[in-house]
Amino acid sequence: MSATISPARKAEAPSISANVRGYAERVRGGDMGALPAVFGLVVLCTVFAVLRPSFLTAGNFANLLTQGAAVTVIAMGLVFVLLLGEIDLSAGFASGVCASILAILLTNQGLPWYVAVGAAILAGVVIGATLGSIVTKLGIPSFVVTLAAFLAFQGLVLLLIKGGTIIAIRDETILAVANKNLPPALGWGLLVAGVVAYAGLQLLRARKRAVRGLASDPISLIAVRVGALALLGGLAVYFLNVERSRNAAVVSLAGVPIVVPVIVVLLLIWTFVLRRTAFGRHLYAVGGNAEAARRAGINVDRMKISAFVICSSMAAVGGIIAASRASSVDPNTGGSNVLLYAVGAAVIGGTSLFGGKGRVLDAILGGTVVAVIENGMGLMGYSSGVKFMVTGSVLLLAAGVDALSRKRAAATGLR
Amino acid sequence: MTPVLELRGIDKSFGPVQVLHDVAFSVYPGEVTALVGDNGAGKSTLVKCVGGIHPIDSGEYLFDGKPVQIHSPRDAADLGIEIVYQDLALCDNLDIVQNMFLGREHRRGIVLDEDTMEEMAARTLESLSVRTVKSIRQHVASLSGGQRQTVAIAKAVLWNSKVVILDEPTAALGVAQTAQVLELVRRLADQGLAVVLISHNMNDVFAVSDRIAALYLGRMAAQVKTAEVTHAQVVELITSGRSGDLGLTNGVTV
Ligand SMILES: Nc1ncnc2c1ncn2[C@@H]1O[C@H](COP(=O)(O)OP(=O)(O)OP(=O)(O)O)[C@@H](O)[C@H]1O
Ligand SMILES: [Mg+2]
Repeated sequence: MSATISPARKAEAPSISANVRGYAERVRGGDMGALPAVFGLVVLCTVFAVLRPSFLTAGNFANLLTQGAAVTVIAMGLVFVLLLGEIDLSAGFASGVCASILAILLTNQGLPWYVAVGAAILAGVVIGATLGSIVTKLGIPSFVVTLAAFLAFQGLVLLLIKGGTIIAIRDETILAVANKNLPPALGWGLLVAGVVAYAGLQLLRARKRAVRGLASDPISLIAVRVGALALLGGLAVYFLNVERSRNAAVVSLAGVPIVVPVIVVLLLIWTFVLRRTAFGRHLYAVGGNAEAARRAGINVDRMKISAFVICSSMAAVGGIIAASRASSVDPNTGGSNVLLYAVGAAVIGGTSLFGGKGRVLDAILGGTVVAVIENGMGLMGYSSGVKFMVTGSVLLLAAGVDALSRKRAAATGLR
Repeated sequence: MTPVLELRGIDKSFGPVQVLHDVAFSVYPGEVTALVGDNGAGKSTLVKCVGGIHPIDSGEYLFDGKPVQIHSPRDAADLGIEIVYQDLALCDNLDIVQNMFLGREHRRGIVLDEDTMEEMAARTLESLSVRTVKSIRQHVASLSGGQRQTVAIAKAVLWNSKVVILDEPTAALGVAQTAQVLELVRRLADQGLAVVLISHNMNDVFAVSDRIAALYLGRMAAQVKTAEVTHAQVVELITSGRSGDLGLTNGVTV
C-alpha cells in the first residue's frame, strides 16, 4: 500500500486507463459483478443466431422481451430480499394471487383498471408485510416461512378462481401493457430524452465534485458511458421499430413493447432508492453486517419487513404483466417455473445469495439470459424437459460463480 | 467535578450467567479513564450496556448528572456517546465513507449528500494522520486490520461527541499507529471530551490515563487516580481483585 497519498484529496481526475485498471483489479479480486451475465448473454445470442437465423428477427426480439418481462420484474423484487441474505420462495404464487385479484375485480366485478391494479399491488404489500413480520418477529427462517407461503398461495389462487376455471381479461389498458407497442416516434423520443438526461446528470455530478476538489469521473469516461447507452438503446429502438406484421396494411406491429418502458421506469426508481437514499444504504448495511447496522441505530427488523414488502409488491406487478400477456389468469399463473426462473435471473445477474451484494439491473440482465435460453431453445425445437435442464445448469453455474468469487475475495484478502 | 457519565449498581446477566455485579463506573470530562480487567472480566459487556446494545437489568445510568433511559444504540448516540467496539462492527460491503456515516447519513431532501460526507470523512481521516488508505471510496473489506481499526476510530470522532469509548483500539495496530491512537486519545481528552480506553497494556494505560477503573470477575474492584497507584498495584487489582487497602473484600468494594 502506498504510504504517501492522502485520502481522497486527489483532485486530479483518474484517467480512463486507471478506471479500467481498477475494474480489472476488482474482477481479479473476485468481484465479477455483471460480467458473467453479459458474457453469457453474448455467447448465447451468438450461438442461437448462428443455429437459428430466425432468432435474430425483430419479431422474435420483441417476443423475447415480453416473454421475459414478468419473470424479470419478479426478479427485481427478489433482489431486495436476497440483498439481506433472505429468500422469498413464495414470490411466484404471490404474483398469481395478485393477478387473480386483478382479474376478479376487472372481469367479474367490472371495476376500472386502476382500482384493480391498486388492489393487486396492495395485496402484494400485505403479503410482504405478513411474510416479513413472521420472519423477523417469530424468527422462523425465511426459507421455511416462504416455502409454507408457496403452498398456501398456490391453494389461495385455486380458491380465488374457483377450482381451475380461467378468467379472461378484456380491459384494453391492462391488455396493452404486454401486447401493445409504443408509436415508433415516441420510442425514439423517450430514448433521446433518456440519453440526454443521463448525460446531463453525469456531467452535473462530475462538475459539482470537481468544484469541491473531490475525485470525479473524467469527461472521456462519461462520454464512453453515454455513447454506450445511446448505441445499445438506439439499436434496440431501431430494431423494435421495424415492421413485424406479415400484413402491415391490416394491422401494424412496430414499436417498442410497452412493458419495456415500464421495466425501465421500475429500474430507475429502485436503482435510485438503493443507491441514492439512506434507506437503500441501510439495506446494504443490514445485508453486509446486521449487527453493525443495529449498532449504527438502524432498525434491522423494519428493513427486513420493507424488503419483503418491496419483493411481494414487485411480484404483484409481475403478476399483472403475466395476466396481460396471457390475456387471462388461471390456477397456474405465477406457478410452475416462474419463481425458479426469477431467483435464477437475480443470481445469474450477479446478486449474491449470501446477502449484501446485488443491483436491480442484475435482475434485468439475468432475466434476459433466462428469456434468451427459453426463447432460443424453443426455436430450436427442444422440449420443455431440455429447457429446464439447461436453465437449471445455468443457475447452478451462476451460483457457483457467486460462491467462487466469494472464496476468491477471501483469498486475496478482499474480505 | 461531576462525572459526565455515571453508572451505579449495574447488574447484567445473560440468561443464568451474571456477568456484571453491582458495577459503579464514573467518567469525567477532559480525562482519560482506563478500564482494565482480565479477559472475560466484563469490560466489553459494560461498554455495550453504556452504548445501548445490551439493556441493563438494574442500576442507574446518569448523564450530566441526570438519570437517563437508554433503550437503543440511537439513544446513546443522541446523548453524544461514541463507541469503538472490540469487534469493530463495520460493513465489509460498504466503503469507508459509507461506514463512517452509517445510520447518520447527511442528506439533501431524500437524496444522500455524498459529497459532503466524503469531504468530512476525508478531513477526519486527515486529522488522524491516516495516510495509508488508497481511496476513501474503497470497500472496508479490502483494508488491513489496522486500517479497519482506524476507520472505526475515525467513525467515532467524526461526531461532536462528549464521551468516546475505545474497546482495545490498539490491539491490531503497529507501533507507530498505536502511538498515534494514544496521542489521539490524549488530544480528545485535552479538548474536553471524556475518553474511556480499554486496554491490556499497562504501559499504554499509565502513559495516557488520568484514572483507572479495574474490573474483576464482573465487579468494580477499584476506581483510582493513575497518579496514586503503581503498576504492580493495578496488576494485582486485575488478577486478584484487591491490593492492600484497595479493592474487593469478600466480593464487596470497600
Ligand atoms: N452475548 C453474551 N451472551 C452470553 N454471555 C456473554 C455475552 N457476552 C459476553 N458474555 C460473557 O460475559 C463475560 C464477560 O465478557 P466480556 O466480553 O465483557 O469480557 P471482556 O472483559 O471484554 O474480555 P476481553 O478482555 O477478552 O475482551 C464472559 O464470560 C463472556 O462469556
Ligand atoms: Mg472485551
